[in-house]
Amino acid sequence: MELLYFAQLRETIGHGAETLSLPENIADVAGLIAHLREKGDAYRAAFDDKALIRVAVNQTHVSFDHPLTDRDEVAFFPPMTGG
Amino acid sequence: MKVRVQSQDFDITAEINDLRSGRTDIGAIVTFTGLVRDFHGDHIVRKMTLEHFPGMAEKQLREICQTAEGRWPLQGITVIHRHGPLKPGDQIVLVIALSAHREAAFEAAEFIMDWLKTDAPFWKKEETEQGAEWVAAKESDSQKCKKWQE
Repeated sequence: MELLYFAQLRETIGHGAETLSLPENIADVAGLIAHLREKGDAYRAAFDDKALIRVAVNQTHVSFDHPLTDRDEVAFFPPMTGG
Repeated sequence: MKVRVQSQDFDITAEINDLRSGRTDIGAIVTFTGLVRDFHGDHIVRKMTLEHFPGMAEKQLREICQTAEGRWPLQGITVIHRHGPLKPGDQIVLVIALSAHREAAFEAAEFIMDWLKTDAPFWKKEETEQGAEWVAAKESDSQKCKKWQE
């Protein structure tokens, strides 16, 4: 799957995109976040406060219980501040 | 409906003319223009950078406009949002709503801006004398969207 990070999350993690082979035991966005948090201090810091994380799967806003497949594009970002 | 996400500036007069040219059925044009302020609280803002999610930004703006079209009898909508480096005084966003009567145009323009603020993937980073910082989302902006769901 393709992972994208924007704004603070991109800066904290250190890159804006990466490819991940979705482990079979991960069923949803919450599971993916738990998996990413194990990847190191930068990821742990980026995903520290779930209240400040928004997620889009294939460019549609979803909640943390949204199911995932290995073909999905998953984007993580903070609450939006455009306009 | 015209939705554009671009780094270059926009010309509000040209955009209005584009919408109304050759038409005599339009009764009301409401526009909103968002600008970069030179202050944030007590701090002086020197620069702003707008990051966006290419593709999803356009998709979200189109969906918001489609919802507005379903809710009000509109005769045209234009939404332009800029990204990239900006400075105080620069234009950030333009919303134009056209209708036969003013109520629909006023309400649709406000609706589009309220949803754009919370649902369109754009993020502001401000540079003040204290350094560069991402702008925090306001709870009041989320509250404004709830108002439209009542």
